[in-house]
Amino acid sequence: MTPAASEPHAYADLDLLRQTWSSKRGLFGWLSSINHQEIGRRYIVTAFFFLLLGGIEALLMRLQLAKPENTFLAASRYNQIFTLHGTTMMFLFAVPVMEGMGIYLVPLMVGTRNVAFPRLNAFGYWMYLAGGLFLYSCAFFNMIPDAGWFAYAPLSGPQFSPGKGVDVWAQMITFTEVSALCVAVELVVTILKMRAPGMSLNRMPMFCWSMLVQSFMIIFAMPAVMIASTVFLLNDRTLGTHFVNPAEGGDPLLYQHVFWFFGHPEVYIIFLPALGMVSSIIETHTRRQVFGYPALVLSLVGNGFIAFGLWVHHMFATGLPQIGEAYFTAASMMIAITSGVQIFCWLATLWSGRLKVTAAVHFVFGFIFIFVMGGMTGVMLASIPLDLQAHDTFFVVAHFHYVLIGGALFPLFGGFHYWFPKFTGRMMDERLGKLSFWILFVGFNSTFFPMHWLGMLGMTRRVYTYIPGLGWDHANLAATVGAFVILLGGIIFIANVLRSRGSGARAGSDPWEASTLEWETESPPAPYNFPNLPVVTSRTPLWTAQAERPLVVGVREDRREILITAVLDAEPHHRSVQPRPSLWPMLTALGFSIGLAGSIFAFSWYYVASVLGLIGLIGWFWPERPLEVDQ
Amino acid sequence: MNPAIQSMWHASGSNAGHIRELAVFFGILLGTIFVIVVGLALFSIGRRHRGIQQEPLEGSHLPSARTETRLRTVVGVATGLTVLILFGLTVVSVSVGKIVSASIAPAGSLMIEVTGTQWWWKVRYASDDPSRTLQTANEIHIPVGQSVAIRGNSDDVIHSFWVPSLQGKRDLIPGRPTLEWLQADRPGEYRGQCAEFCGLQHAHMAFWVIAESPDQFSAWMDHQLRPAVEPTDDENKRGQVIFLKSACVFCHTIRGTDAAAQAGPDLTHFGSRKTIAAGTLSNTKGNLAGWIADPQNIKPGTHMATVPIQTAEMQPLIDYLESLK
Repeated sequence: MTPAASEPHAYADLDLLRQTWSSKRGLFGWLSSINHQEIGRRYIVTAFFFLLLGGIEALLMRLQLAKPENTFLAASRYNQIFTLHGTTMMFLFAVPVMEGMGIYLVPLMVGTRNVAFPRLNAFGYWMYLAGGLFLYSCAFFNMIPDAGWFAYAPLSGPQFSPGKGVDVWAQMITFTEVSALCVAVELVVTILKMRAPGMSLNRMPMFCWSMLVQSFMIIFAMPAVMIASTVFLLNDRTLGTHFVNPAEGGDPLLYQHVFWFFGHPEVYIIFLPALGMVSSIIETHTRRQVFGYPALVLSLVGNGFIAFGLWVHHMFATGLPQIGEAYFTAASMMIAITSGVQIFCWLATLWSGRLKVTAAVHFVFGFIFIFVMGGMTGVMLASIPLDLQAHDTFFVVAHFHYVLIGGALFPLFGGFHYWFPKFTGRMMDERLGKLSFWILFVGFNSTFFPMHWLGMLGMTRRVYTYIPGLGWDHANLAATVGAFVILLGGIIFIANVLRSRGSGARAGSDPWEASTLEWETESPPAPYNFPNLPVVTSRTPLWTAQAERPLVVGVREDRREILITAVLDAEPHHRSVQPRPSLWPMLTALGFSIGLAGSIFAFSWYYVASVLGLIGLIGWFWPERPLEVDQ
Repeated sequence: MNPAIQSMWHASGSNAGHIRELAVFFGILLGTIFVIVVGLALFSIGRRHRGIQQEPLEGSHLPSARTETRLRTVVGVATGLTVLILFGLTVVSVSVGKIVSASIAPAGSLMIEVTGTQWWWKVRYASDDPSRTLQTANEIHIPVGQSVAIRGNSDDVIHSFWVPSLQGKRDLIPGRPTLEWLQADRPGEYRGQCAEFCGLQHAHMAFWVIAESPDQFSAWMDHQLRPAVEPTDDENKRGQVIFLKSACVFCHTIRGTDAAAQAGPDLTHFGSRKTIAAGTLSNTKGNLAGWIADPQNIKPGTHMATVPIQTAEMQPLIDYLESLK
């Protein structure tokens, strides 16, 4: 495996490679696939399906709030819908869609053939799917959670939320958290140990950096929500413990602390990958290396650390000691420094590059506009006195939709335009893309901008109706109209995706003349990603002359061999063999799912989960007969 | 109704006033920064479109070293300014926070205990003299120009006490009493609302703070301390008998009668209050009849029981309750 300067494909037997790395055919092949492209696509498609559901829920809420004392939705139904909306968007759309993008793109960007632990990858997807189906199928049995996506105790406790709705919510969290942890572990290992030779950490694409930081954040944040939702809440509800039951000496604030220790980093888990996408789009479209690479990386890492020190700003109104509150104000302000540095670096890149204004770039500008405004209101909310007024009002609703839709959804849509040619081999339509951008942008601002004002006029969140005469009527109507404009923009976006998928212009391997490795291989990439694993000599490998870019040879083609490299400098260490496709990850996920779903009815279902899961794991890890003895 | 009654923007109390000034300061400063950032971004498109000559990017896809150095200086200065501004904002907001979220009320404050419960507010005026303590519901009278301490508690789930025109919010957490203080600078009627999601009827959990001159306030206090007025005419006497014979007494108190239950709002001076069902309806005889006849229709999920009252008995009952001024 000596890196050798040569032209591509020189040493590869493509037919053999394809045979080795392809999934099996038919339904069995589909269920047993462990290919990162297929699983990444499944995450993205499934997440967009849940985005549609969450969007429909948002429209129903806006219809109810369009006028005062509306009777379109009953109180109980409204409370269920806003709970489902928040839960769906956070756990079933935003995190999984970013994970899907990471699973698809990271192996291509770092120049390897698959993610690390590919069977775990398949398992994670099936758990996510099972969790989403669990939540929504329970809706048919009227077991719909209605205590909010945050499920504060004691409201969510057995006394005040009888029925199974909150149990379904708490256990759904388990499904999605298991899935998120699987992906995080895979991506950390893929990024740190499977990079192309020569791709030292300081040559890694910004998107990989953002996924690396995000994955570490998932590993530290997600266990907290499992403690809140499963250990505290579900045990209080189903086993009669009293962790957060004040009537028996439990502490409802403990729940809030643990929940927000997860809940605040969650926001950054959602939008850090989006920042990576912005860097990718800007670098390619300005035709210059992104300005301030070290500053951008340090800011991402800084964001990741500071995110764990802000959670109390969700709890300023609970009356904590002032000295603690002052600390959390300062910490919350600090996050604006790292975010600001990133914005400045992008501005400098735009300023000094040769910008090509495509649809993807439109979404990046939409991102800058909306996200910066969300950042400004975020600074206001970090200030305790302002937060004491704005907290739990529509001002906060406006703020976090600016941050999350502006900070994550707009870059995601931009990224979708940008990487669509890689996903499908065809270009998205630029005109429709720009049209959908403008409609989404206008719709977004007319929905959410008035909410700042509503909050200052005293409109609290999570109210199913309101009385006339408080000055809220016009702003609410504007927000409802805006929500339907967003729907129109979304329909155009989806129409563009469907149309371009079938009849878009052929993309070729590198339609944007981009700099990173995923554009070196064909679109869509073959199951083995690269005929020969690439070697990297600069931060922007595809902008480096071909002659200066050697290839890896000597990796076997008759079995799933990948190259393991050093963490810092990506020197080749050894070859590693990946497992073959298998049905067992899916069956294991099915076994755990049956047990976890049953556990909200009786504890004994945990035994079922253990036994079924154990059987699944035995099958999963059953030794494979080696292809042949390694020479 | 005047939109200014529930708005942080139309501050009528000293704390809300401080916060409003802070909001204006933050708003102007941050708004300016927003305009500059977005303006720079848009200008970078304009730069290209107006065909300004750009220096060629070299083989490494980097502008000239001179440009990079210049950009580095600009980004460095912008970052430094960001740090300074945020430091300033932190200092300002912590010092305002010291005033408005002080957990110790100024000495001599009137102490009012507010207990949130699904979905109404128990209000108790505390005093060292037991004969001066007073229990009422959903309406808080305070003297203008004096600081009033609100001691918050909850009987069930977490609620949040919020009168935007006077002060920021404070959560009412079961088992963890909280404290905040507020002061009205102008006489008036200010609307407040529960701000923490507390279940089915979170939307219908409002209350009123009525700020009046100290004289009016003590007159109100003295009046409220008295037991309920005894009915004088036959119709009201009949109403009182109907009340005391019905299931109403299992939840409600009317001081001066045998009704002394604590589960629902104290009705001793019910007729003097602005609204019924925690700000849901204005206090008129018609609304009261509707509320008693079918509370679940007006406030679905409310814990107010549907007490069977015969049609002929409804009118005297309502007349009696409304006579409790």
